[in-house]
Amino acid sequence: MNTAPRRWRTSAHGFNAMLLIECPWCGPRAETEFSYGGEAGIVRPPDPDALSDAEWADYLFNRANPRGAHRELWNHTHGCRRWFAVERDTVTNQIQRSYTLDGTAPEPGTGSGTASKLTAESDTTSRIGSGG
Amino acid sequence: MKRYSALGLVRNALGYNRDWREAWRSPEPGKSYDAIIVGGGGHGLATAYYLARDHGIRNVAVLEKGWIGGGNTGRNTTIVRSNYLWTESSLLYEKSMKLWEGLSQDLNYNVMFSQRGVYNLGHSLQDMRDIERRVNANRLNGIDAEVVSAAELGKAIPHLNTSPDARYPILGASLQRRAGVARHDAVAWGFARAADSLGVDVIEQCEVTGIDVRGGKAVGVQTTRGPIASDRIGVVVAGHASVLAKMADLRLPIESHPLQAFVSEPIKPVLDTVVMSGAVHGYISQSDKGELVIGAGIDAYTGYGQRGSFHIIEHTMQAIIELFPVFSRVRMLRLWGGIVDVCPDACPIVSKTPVEGLYFNCGWGTGGFKSTPGSGWVFARTMAHDEPHELNAPFSLERFATGALIDEHGAAAVAH
Ligand SMILES: Cc1cc2nc3c(=O)[nH]c(=O)nc-3n(C[C@H](O)[C@H](O)[C@H](O)COP(=O)(O)OP(=O)(O)OC[C@H]3O[C@@H](n4cnc5c(N)ncnc54)[C@H](O)[C@@H]3O)c2cc1C
Ligand SMILES: [Zn+2]
Repeated sequence: MNTAPRRWRTSAHGFNAMLLIECPWCGPRAETEFSYGGEAGIVRPPDPDALSDAEWADYLFNRANPRGAHRELWNHTHGCRRWFAVERDTVTNQIQRSYTLDGTAPEPGTGSGTASKLTAESDTTSRIGSGG
Repeated sequence: MKRYSALGLVRNALGYNRDWREAWRSPEPGKSYDAIIVGGGGHGLATAYYLARDHGIRNVAVLEKGWIGGGNTGRNTTIVRSNYLWTESSLLYEKSMKLWEGLSQDLNYNVMFSQRGVYNLGHSLQDMRDIERRVNANRLNGIDAEVVSAAELGKAIPHLNTSPDARYPILGASLQRRAGVARHDAVAWGFARAADSLGVDVIEQCEVTGIDVRGGKAVGVQTTRGPIASDRIGVVVAGHASVLAKMADLRLPIESHPLQAFVSEPIKPVLDTVVMSGAVHGYISQSDKGELVIGAGIDAYTGYGQRGSFHIIEHTMQAIIELFPVFSRVRMLRLWGGIVDVCPDACPIVSKTPVEGLYFNCGWGTGGFKSTPGSGWVFARTMAHDEPHELNAPFSLERFATGALIDEHGAAAVAH
């Protein structure tokens, strides 16, 4: 019996499983097919020489490392070998959505396409499709 | 505080063990303190203890959101060693090792430090070259280290598969005889009790939700049990370092990952030392209760859920069975995860910050249990004098801007 006070318990939900990650091109696949690429959206400064050492260190080393919603890069290493981004909750491991980095939604399952250009506000799962 | 002693044990036994006292008080948080430690893991409690013992700062609170030792301190696989490659790290870990060697006496609490030796296995010629190099580097720094052959390993650890026909044949190992294991909970409890007896308030179930900064200076914290003022705040929250940093508008070079470990059902004594392999990637020891204590590497993704993915467990088991085929039918009993704070150079940050009076001690990642006393010792000194000790000066936050990283990743075998 778990005798810890309720608020100290961790839920058994998802325990012993691995992540089920949706590749925008190939659909949902086991985590072991992917490699992790860390925080998404970090842009290499166009002119590194113009930065102070501290600014360069911030780009190179500092990370948001949030507790909660996180946008992160994954590579489908053992599949189509493409990079894409995933929004995952770092506490529950629930994945909200996957999206391509150039904002185009591929034709699910085709491994090819730029079916439709996403606008900034329509950058959602519904447009990306579930793949197959 | 009543001292623990053999006589006390007998006396209490005769009194039907009715007279044992609580090991530390559970005071209500005060309005203000000379120093606040955020995080009641081993490192935080050790910091409070050395602040009180060595620096005369006794009006101190340790604020812990859960129960003390409930973080990585109570979740780790307790390997204690100091055979790191680089001089900066080996001296810091060796300081800790020296403190471990007298810790039970210092604290009047049995932390069950058992110097049963740690072997780091080599499976390739390059592994062996790295081992030779590390052993020599250790010796130059006054740290005991030796290289042992596969034949010697076979004698010392009979169940280890040293056959040349193994999938990843073992060619030899480094051995640090003074290394070993300790009882993790006892470390937290021992430091808490000793700090408490010097006047430190150990306050559990008190989560810090904000850090108050005024004019570039730390002035206090917000907690789930009200605001508490102090102009000297040390943050020692391991996997939650980035969360606390954000409260003071700081960014850290840290990512928090799940790190899992597990134990088997208890079996008869079969392994009297610690065996680690960076190549097949797993490590194992046997607890006094008889459980095999097993661990390996972090999950690739970041995570605050104190759980990881199953394939890591599978991979770890494969490694252990590669090393010890004899364990293939031992059943696993419990498994858990911690949240480890990983730095790009696999070395800690024990440092002042751009906020005056705010200090961070984090980034110990997968290997900070061994440094619990040493970390507390240098951090207390840093907080008391607003200046690092020479042992932790290289482990500043600035090293990421100056480029003076201390690259222990890969250099010191498996990172535990
Ligand atoms: C599975 C595993 C195996 C390991 N094996 C080894 C090993 O063999 N050898 C070794 O040397 N190291 C090992 N480590 C690493 C080691 O456990 C840690 O580096 C070390 O214990 C860190 O101690 P700490 O006191 O800094 O952190 P913790 O013990 O994690 O303490 C931090 C505390 O801060 C508290 N906290 C967090 N946020 C707040 C807040 N907002 N307010 C108040 N309190 C807060 C937490 O509840 C926690 O109790 C392992 C770690 C894990 C997870
Ligand atoms: Zn794919």
